[in-house]
Amino acid sequence: MSAHGHADGHLPHDPEKATLEGRNKILGFWLFLGAETVLFGTLFSAYLALRHNVLDGPHPAELFQLPMVFAATMILLTSSLTSVFAVQALHHHKVKAMINWLIVTIVLGLGFLGLEIYEFYHYVQEGHGFTTSAFSSSFYTLVGFHGAHVAFGVLWIGLLIGQIFKKGLTVVTAPKIYVSAIYWHFIDVVWVFIFTVVYLMGKVG
Amino acid sequence: MNRRRVTKRLLPLLAGFALLLSACGREDLSTLNPQGPVAETQFDLMKLSIGIMALVVVVVFAICIYVLIRFRRRPGDTSIPKQVEGNHKLEIIWTVIPLALLLVLGVPTIQHVFGLAKDYSKDKEALQVKVTAHQYWWEFEYKDLGITTAQELIVPTGKKIMFEMTGADVKHSFWIPSIGGKMDTNPGTTNKMYLEFPKEGVFRGKCAELCGPSHAYMDFKAKAVSADSFERWVSAMKAPAKMPEDVEIAKAFEAKCLLCHAIGQENQGSAPNLTGIGDRQTIGGILYNSDVVADPQPGDKPAAQNLHDWIKDPQQYKPDNKMPNAAENGLTEEELTAIAKYLADYKLDYQSSGK
Amino acid sequence: MAAHAHTVKRYKGLMDWLTTVDHKKIGILYLIAGFFFFLIGGLEAILIRIQLARPMQNVVGEETFNQLLTMHGTTMIFLAAMPMLFALMNAVIPLQIGARDVAFPFLNSLGFWTFFFGGVLLNLSWFAGAVPDAGWTAYATLSGPTYNPGHGIDYYVIGLQIAGIGTLLGGINFMATIINMRAPGLSFMRLPMFTWAIFITSALIVFAFPVLTVGLVALMFDRLFQANFFEPGTGGNSVLWEHIFWVFGHPEVYILILPAFGVISDVVSTFSRKRLFGYSSMVFATVLIAFLGFMVWAHHMFTTGLGPVANGLFSIATMLIAVPTGVKIFNWLFTLWGGSIRFTTASMFAIGFIPTFVMGGVTGVMLASAPADFQYHDSYFVVAHFHYVIVGGLIFGIFAGLHYWWPKMFGRMLNEGLGKLTFWTFFIGFHLTFFVQHFLGLLGMPRRVATYLPYQGFDTMNLISTIGAFLMGIGTIVFLINVFTTWAKPRNATGDAWEDGRTLEWSIPSPPPEYNFKQTPLVRGYDAWWKEKMEGKTEMIPAEPVGSIHMPSPSILPLIMSIGLFIAGFGFMYNQLIVAGIGLAITFGCMLLRSVFDDHGFHIEPEDQDKGVHV
Repeated sequence: MSAHGHADGHLPHDPEKATLEGRNKILGFWLFLGAETVLFGTLFSAYLALRHNVLDGPHPAELFQLPMVFAATMILLTSSLTSVFAVQALHHHKVKAMINWLIVTIVLGLGFLGLEIYEFYHYVQEGHGFTTSAFSSSFYTLVGFHGAHVAFGVLWIGLLIGQIFKKGLTVVTAPKIYVSAIYWHFIDVVWVFIFTVVYLMGKVG
Repeated sequence: MNRRRVTKRLLPLLAGFALLLSACGREDLSTLNPQGPVAETQFDLMKLSIGIMALVVVVVFAICIYVLIRFRRRPGDTSIPKQVEGNHKLEIIWTVIPLALLLVLGVPTIQHVFGLAKDYSKDKEALQVKVTAHQYWWEFEYKDLGITTAQELIVPTGKKIMFEMTGADVKHSFWIPSIGGKMDTNPGTTNKMYLEFPKEGVFRGKCAELCGPSHAYMDFKAKAVSADSFERWVSAMKAPAKMPEDVEIAKAFEAKCLLCHAIGQENQGSAPNLTGIGDRQTIGGILYNSDVVADPQPGDKPAAQNLHDWIKDPQQYKPDNKMPNAAENGLTEEELTAIAKYLADYKLDYQSSGK
Repeated sequence: MAAHAHTVKRYKGLMDWLTTVDHKKIGILYLIAGFFFFLIGGLEAILIRIQLARPMQNVVGEETFNQLLTMHGTTMIFLAAMPMLFALMNAVIPLQIGARDVAFPFLNSLGFWTFFFGGVLLNLSWFAGAVPDAGWTAYATLSGPTYNPGHGIDYYVIGLQIAGIGTLLGGINFMATIINMRAPGLSFMRLPMFTWAIFITSALIVFAFPVLTVGLVALMFDRLFQANFFEPGTGGNSVLWEHIFWVFGHPEVYILILPAFGVISDVVSTFSRKRLFGYSSMVFATVLIAFLGFMVWAHHMFTTGLGPVANGLFSIATMLIAVPTGVKIFNWLFTLWGGSIRFTTASMFAIGFIPTFVMGGVTGVMLASAPADFQYHDSYFVVAHFHYVIVGGLIFGIFAGLHYWWPKMFGRMLNEGLGKLTFWTFFIGFHLTFFVQHFLGLLGMPRRVATYLPYQGFDTMNLISTIGAFLMGIGTIVFLINVFTTWAKPRNATGDAWEDGRTLEWSIPSPPPEYNFKQTPLVRGYDAWWKEKMEGKTEMIPAEPVGSIHMPSPSILPLIMSIGLFIAGFGFMYNQLIVAGIGLAITFGCMLLRSVFDDHGFHIEPEDQDKGVHV
């Protein structure tokens, strides 16, 4: 069966799963996220092993500012919700609504990134640089890896919006949207763990 | 087949195998020739596991050879053998028997894992030694005695020796095969291990973890002496350091060697402590002193010569070590020879037998 | 957008190989590259053995020796063994499951090229004069910036990182392929054992390689950006590296050996004309080995000082692996039992594997006993053990698989006389090299030593070991001669080249046409092809009518993406961030192109389907 069998005809209800290519893409992506889980799991382990070694740098309890991190968390959680709305619109073949929700999603993602950049800038001012201590290195690596994932997601979804404009919603583009939504939820879940393990546990001590 | 007859035949085979193993290797180096209770425990476990495993290997080999002879395809044979799916009884047998064998090995394993990990660091009877591994030499600090020495670990027989170990630069591993298994010296953390030396003698120690170009040369010696000798050694080590008699040589020695090295216990340098170096079996861990060791081999040189060669060009013997060669260090040939002689004669004379 | 009539440019010659997304051709590329690195790694091994032939030799200096042992290990594991396994996976898996290709042909090609350029980057270190020298395990702090300031370890870190991307992609690809692309009727419990082994291996890759990725990133940050992960002076923890490395490293051992188990299962079953004994217990054992493989990493660290509780637990967990492994060994023996065993090169390697691997396995159980391991650890005993497992297990398995599937891959039978000569020289050479090393370790010889003092009882056995190594080298050369001489001859392999083939790949021509199966076969049981043959049929029952076959288009992008990463790697290494940026821009630019321009592929119409098919 070819990828474009339905391209210009009637779009099925689950366009992302209509072709073998689409189903492969979704399965492969879930497997990729399995690998990503292990990746972040290892980063978390390294952070947990090193987080008490602050040397001369500021201690996490005095460094972290929960209100701002909480705001970032809320923004990212909301963006996950809007990406659910986008996929729902996809299932109902409402292309315009889907694009709008996707735009909201990346705007929220950009907001999150902005806060994170501000936060990192602030920490560096406080004397918490990348090379300060084992704690700081592992902190920036873990949170920075997540931030890079968010940035990649924003660019990716942005690119997909462009493709939808050009190619419309087809059995080729639908799996891409669907997969990017799974990705977006994944980085959201990772953030929930970062919020708990890094920030809340850092505050407690 | 009569099972008892098979076992009867196998037993002497296994016993012979064990005998063969126990006769193997140098007394001061081989794990198969244990000279202390720790290595003996490990050797017992090794014999047990080798025995079990030899049994497994024999069974598999026997089946394998039988099958290959009995079931080889004859030329022109086009028959189709019976397509067997499996056999639950057999499959249960070869699941349960290995489990039972593992239990036989697992129980003593757990017992000795905890037994060999006993901590004697609070034990007043045990001798506490801090081992610091450097690229490419060993530092031994007797914390309770206020003594530091290098390359040659002197221990009394009949006491538990509790080691606390760390690495000064990279990871090394402390191993005296005939006395007991190894333990890593990690930079940044300390490990503990105890050993016992029931017999007097010199035992070879090795670094067992890749630590740089001279990893192969990072040998040391562990010398077990009687309790009396050990006490004499301790007081000799603590006695004021003996400097070269010639004032010029003493000056050169102080200016060019003692910047890094130390003699006596007043202060410790960044390089091996040289107190009583004339007693040591080797120079640099690998150049055997023919006038010191009990069994000099062809090619071994006297300590004065070894010291001379070593000081002249240490990089030749241990590349990448931190000691400059004599020319770089500004030592003249005269000074070099005199210092080598002084060091070779720097003996503590603590052993009653005077070996 | 027009639905059909895509004109896809089809390349010939070199461009065909650079742009191919056909799993069979990618398999051949993996084989060529993997075997090339195998020769390099072998040459390094020979140099190591020459240096150690006599005590206190100085054939290569101590520094070169450390570089040789590091590159030998790294090359053999990441650049020789794994690619040769990927070669077999690519050549065989889609055929065994009745598929026309893998799930992601583009990623398959990308995986090959990233592996290749990662490997090339790592080996360019020889020309740059800065070679990794901290062992394939690269323990901190010996691999850290303080004690290893040159660029050697950078080549290791970045080379493996790039090659690792390829491996991870391969793992995902084959998992998805086996889950989604099986022919109708081919349920999981009807999969050939090799396919099962690759499925489990792929899962191990997916869950183990990211750990290495993080470890390498952390080491790279330590080295290039002054981070403090493993530097004790600034709060880092060198033991953390050991944990990360072995959490990856132990599953890696099973990533290597499970495919060999799969090969042996298929070969033994074929050449004894018998169904694999205890198929379901074989599957279960494989799954169990993989599962346990993730919880035994600390047995590489018994002497690191984790304490008796950890050592005890990891001892027992490690011993448990012996049980499913033993199940496999006996299942193979009882597959042979009652069979009609034909001795070909492939079956001889497979049968030679069984006792050899048992020897490696039992020393593994011995090593599992932590108190005894205090003596074995980092001695030549360990060197002997893992070479018995990796050479006696994996390389024998690869040789068995290559001789077995060679006609399927290339349409030519390898010469059996030369093949048997390969087997005997390699087999005898192998045991000569490594059997004595057990005793060297027990007599007190540490591993990774550049030389050893005389009068320690090491001399004779080291010399024997060196002679054995040369014999293995001769075996490898004979194999190469076999390949080149048969290459010059016309294609002579029939579809069912060994006549006793049992699985789907033997139901189609050798080599298979581009689309593998003209009609997707219907699978009616385990050993699908054997089942049809036994019922007197000469081909599989088709599950679909003859029709137009859709194929993915070739693409040059994977090659360019990998070159981008290669350039970026050098940029990071030599602190030329602009170069690094350009490299990454090339890679991401290609990703962008791939996303924007859809690949519609092309169709092979029924009238063109028999062109160039060798029957």
